[in-house]
Amino acid sequence: MIIIVLVMVLLANLADLQISNFSYYSTKSNNNRIEIIPIPPSRGMIYDRNGTPLAINNTTYQLNVIPDKIKNLNEQFAALKKIVDLTDEDIENFQKERRNYKAHRPVPLKDNLTTKEIARFVVDQHRFPFVSITGTLHRYYPYGASLTHIIGYVSKINSQDKQRLEDEGKSSYYVGTANIGKMGIERFYEDVLHGLPGYEEVEVNSRGRIVRQLNQHSPQAGEDIYLSINLKLQLYIEQLLAGRKAAVVALDPNNGEILALVSSPSYDPNPFVGGISSTTYNGLLNDPDKPLFNRVLLGAYPPASTVKPYISVAALSEGVVTPKSVVYDPGWWQLPGTDKRYRDWLRWGHGRVDVLKAIEESVDTYFYQVAYDMGIDRLSQWMNKFGYGERTGIDISPSEETRGVMPTREWKKQRHKKSWLQGDTIPVGIGQGYWTATPMQMAKALTILINDGKVYTPHFLLYKKSDILNSELPPAPRDPHVEDNSLVDVNPMYWKIAKEGMHRVLFGVRGTARKIYADAKYQAAGKSGTSQVYGLKQDEVYNAHKVPEHLRDHALFVAFAPYDKPTIALAIVLENGGGGSSNGGAMARKILDYYLLGDDSTELPDVNPNTGHED
Amino acid sequence: MMTSDKKSFWQKIHIDPLFMLFITLLLGYSLYILWSASGQDIGMMERRVGQIVLGFSVMIILAQFSPRTYETWAPYLYIVCIVILFAVDLFGYASKGAQRWLDLGFIRFQPSEIAKIAVPLMVAKFINRDGCPPPLKTILLTLVIIGVPTLLVAMQPDLGTSILIAMSGIFIIFLAGINWKFILLAIVLIGAFVPIMWFFLMHDYQRERVLTLFNPERDPLGTGYHILQSKTAIGSGGIWGKGWLEGTQSQLEFLPERHTDFIFSVIAEEFGFIGSIILLLLFLFLIGRGLIIAAQAQTTFGRVLCGGLILVFFVYVFINIGMVSGILPVVGVPLPLISYGGSSLVVLMAGFGIMMSIHTHRYMLSKNI
Repeated sequence: MIIIVLVMVLLANLADLQISNFSYYSTKSNNNRIEIIPIPPSRGMIYDRNGTPLAINNTTYQLNVIPDKIKNLNEQFAALKKIVDLTDEDIENFQKERRNYKAHRPVPLKDNLTTKEIARFVVDQHRFPFVSITGTLHRYYPYGASLTHIIGYVSKINSQDKQRLEDEGKSSYYVGTANIGKMGIERFYEDVLHGLPGYEEVEVNSRGRIVRQLNQHSPQAGEDIYLSINLKLQLYIEQLLAGRKAAVVALDPNNGEILALVSSPSYDPNPFVGGISSTTYNGLLNDPDKPLFNRVLLGAYPPASTVKPYISVAALSEGVVTPKSVVYDPGWWQLPGTDKRYRDWLRWGHGRVDVLKAIEESVDTYFYQVAYDMGIDRLSQWMNKFGYGERTGIDISPSEETRGVMPTREWKKQRHKKSWLQGDTIPVGIGQGYWTATPMQMAKALTILINDGKVYTPHFLLYKKSDILNSELPPAPRDPHVEDNSLVDVNPMYWKIAKEGMHRVLFGVRGTARKIYADAKYQAAGKSGTSQVYGLKQDEVYNAHKVPEHLRDHALFVAFAPYDKPTIALAIVLENGGGGSSNGGAMARKILDYYLLGDDSTELPDVNPNTGHED
Repeated sequence: MMTSDKKSFWQKIHIDPLFMLFITLLLGYSLYILWSASGQDIGMMERRVGQIVLGFSVMIILAQFSPRTYETWAPYLYIVCIVILFAVDLFGYASKGAQRWLDLGFIRFQPSEIAKIAVPLMVAKFINRDGCPPPLKTILLTLVIIGVPTLLVAMQPDLGTSILIAMSGIFIIFLAGINWKFILLAIVLIGAFVPIMWFFLMHDYQRERVLTLFNPERDPLGTGYHILQSKTAIGSGGIWGKGWLEGTQSQLEFLPERHTDFIFSVIAEEFGFIGSIILLLLFLFLIGRGLIIAAQAQTTFGRVLCGGLILVFFVYVFINIGMVSGILPVVGVPLPLISYGGSSLVVLMAGFGIMMSIHTHRYMLSKNI
């Protein structure tokens, strides 16, 4: 009797489990064994214009541990320490990480295993049933610091990124992906480079080992992209700038393609990929030379005399001056109705000056008069058309580029809570005062001049892999983006005058940079600038010896060549580099020689930065 | 003619054919499921076949001795058993935190298994001494006889086996026929004993197991893990099961000790509710036949011994299935005849051998007298 009753109890319980709650336990059993494992897509590679890889994916190996399967983790770590180089920091990170993982899933313990460590582990693997090695693709930048300010880097997805991806509805694309583009090209073209993840449905055993694959949905790899960068030119310029604080950008004026962008000093992006240590990062952050700072896009410098050709075009178009009008330069210019005098860089003056001579010899007083006659409103408007005070539209995230300042009355009121004074207008005529601009803006303005007012947006992207899949090699370059601009209505003669003035800077009898270009094998045009870091009092004489280095003038230079059919436009800023025409001009000459003649051995008289304040 | 020949053949080797049939069917079932539960381990299958052959041999050999022999030798077996249990507690071989094994160098066995035979034999003999129903003094002495090995095994500590040993003795006292007052008293005593056991005799891990029974989710990765995985295996089997070798819980090793204590979960997962019913029916037939054998026994000794042995067998089945399906705490009790394991099978078969002996010697017995 009792036996029958007890057997009934057993049966009732079994029926309850197997029949009533079948679907509950069935789901549970499937959850036990079936894992959906996302397969991250492999990130698109980045090439230069000649197909040299600039950002690639390397396989790295990491050690994973299933923590909740191991009774004594510390014992396990101690045993593993004999095999791999396991630091306390790794263990600490592991303990933090494991909270983000589901039970019975492997948690990464150590990244970047060496082949030796892998070999040692494999031999001893039987001792560690819940430890495994997996290979993952890791972003690698073979040229290290040379391209960081262009390509940027990828790094761990942080909570901000997660939030942004969620807001954009893209978080499902990033399951299984650890890194995301944080800067530069990697950030701007994230959507192109990333691709779409796949997943596999696998059966796992109780140790979390995959027994077999049930289903697979392949990921869609990210697209490769080709940049307009000319790697050789980039590396050459980088080497020229070694040891200096400087920014150089080279554009193809025919379409706005960026051939090179160097901000010196730079930094190696590779440590950021796996998570940079705080000491290394603080070292970069506190470096007085600011290697993290992209001088080409974020450095706002007074554009100085490099803007004189554009102001000439504006003045001619506004009728403030004519090609033939002449002013006398005694070495200073006095603000009418006051006794305030503005000095010319040449103390004894240039004598009788027309617009061509004003550009060739960079006559400050001529442009003081022009600025005075045009007024800040018209000046500002015109310079806006040349891109000053506006973002260049480059394919880098807007947060990594500054607009600089093209001052207006409203701007001053907002920024300084003071109204605009007439005296504020005068230095704007020579690209100083409140006016600041990035090297990229300077280069863009130069291409606008070269193209007689037609504006090409500077850009890096040459083409994507999908562009060449359906066409012959080499693919047609993407249509350059042409911006609307009323500058195309300017009288062509004015463009000619401005360019001729720049030509004479290098080749005229009194051109400020004529010594450097005396033996050049091609015709070119350029304009120097020296932006003052240190305000001189009215009658003070600038003496580089007396000024500490970080207060010395910045040397600026813009140039393009060949003169009749330009293929390269350059903007150079050498921080605290002294005179623009000597130092900046020499740098430009070397770059142009290299680019146009393939000559990397140009030796120029080494101009002492202390020789003075010529401009 | 054939039948009478056959009968005489079974009679000759002192085997009850029906009882033998159910044992064989269950052992066949055990081999079939072991292939799956072992993860297709041919070595384990070979050892299991060896265990079965040994078990049958022991059963057949023991069936040849007359019940009187057992009655005579019971006290000696009991004393040897007590001595060995002492030895285990003193020099025990640590296995899974408990000293259960005695290693004699050439053979390793669990002495507590011997107690499962020795205790009922001794009790059956002792209680039979003063006729039935036994007087109070005898009952108290019997309780001492049961208590000594029970405590020794509990100290190993092997709670499951010690309970079974105690039950194997107590069943026989009941079967010998005692006053209902004593039964009530016993229940009260057990009731009083539970808290004592809980606070003084049980190890932490044993308390854990009991607590986990009532709430497996309280520690899903620790003690509760086994029960949860086992219930999941059973529940996901459904009515028809996932099919032989297709049980994901068992094949992927989510199920703990799947070839020993938790083998029932493998059956329930792969053969479903139907497979479980078939197994339980086989057990019921075997127990039913065992009870008939007990009822037909001619001496009190034979009756109480057979009844006790078969009831303990049922308790095994009930505790094991109850534990893997989550209605009893996890105590290390294998599923008799089905679970992998030599000692337990040999002892069971020895018990069946003694039952066969009692059953097949009854006419001889009467003739001799």
